[in-house]
Amino acid sequence: MDLASAKMIGAGLACIALVGAGVGIGNVFSSLISAVARNPAAQPQVQPFAFLGFALAEATGLFGLAIAFLILFVF
Amino acid sequence: MALELRPLEQFKIEPLIPLHIGGLDVSFTNSALFMTIAVVLITALLVLGTKRGALVPGRWQSVAEMSYEFVADMVETNAGHGSEPYFPFVFTLFMFVLFANFLGLIPYSFTVTSHIIVTFALAAAVFIGVTIIGIAKHGVHFLRLFVPEGVPFILLLLLVPIELLSYFIRPFTLAIRLFANMLAGHTMLAIFGGFAASVGFLAIFPVALDVAILALEVLVAALQAYVFAILTCLYLRDALHLH
Repeated sequence: MDLASAKMIGAGLACIALVGAGVGIGNVFSSLISAVARNPAAQPQVQPFAFLGFALAEATGLFGLAIAFLILFVF
Repeated sequence: MALELRPLEQFKIEPLIPLHIGGLDVSFTNSALFMTIAVVLITALLVLGTKRGALVPGRWQSVAEMSYEFVADMVETNAGHGSEPYFPFVFTLFMFVLFANFLGLIPYSFTVTSHIIVTFALAAAVFIGVTIIGIAKHGVHFLRLFVPEGVPFILLLLLVPIELLSYFIRPFTLAIRLFANMLAGHTMLAIFGGFAASVGFLAIFPVALDVAILALEVLVAALQAYVFAILTCLYLRDALHLH
């Protein structure tokens, strides 16, 4: 296998990290929806935590995406 | 159809005013220029916005007051009592990251926070500062931060190294989170821009996707500044109150 195709496969593999980010973000917002549906008065208290969780979950997936970009465009 | 994609070109640091002192390259670069613009804009917003000090605030004064109250509330609720002296630091940090992120969203501008050396310098300042505050406030008792209470001795042998590791990894995760978000977002924009340039009249699809990504990037820019500031507050609470 030559280097160019190995790089393509490596970048594709690195993007698998985004699965975790997708699951995590979906989980955060589904929990937010069920929490607010049960107790709408709690929305101002729980919403900041939901967005904090969204940002933290998204960041872990982007580590993988950043690695994919580095493989494709830097090395 | 050959795709000529160079999405990382936008992150190139170019010296605008070459300057060498001793063996050091201290040129005024495009990165330094955008940091200066961010600082000037923040100063202008806060100084000019609050100059009149009207009882019923106008538009600029409202923005200045809202950003102040937002961070003040965040520090108060997340870092606990005794955190007031550190509010100016968190406020400065939040405004700088926020303005650097938003300035980077303007086409053909430069994103300061997409360079890990910048975000790591900020995160290292937070980490070192928080550690010094903790040691100055609690002395040797600061080490209790690494020992969870009410845990059997055998488990401590496992938990203390984990706590130590999670403490020392903080500046790296703080820096990489901001840097990777900015890098990935802007690279994605440039890649779809490159697609648009190479597919002729079909360009409407990549451009439409770029618009959607840009909307997400506006959210991410604000959110990452918020996350950076709130994590600083949480680390500060650990140092001030030890759990």
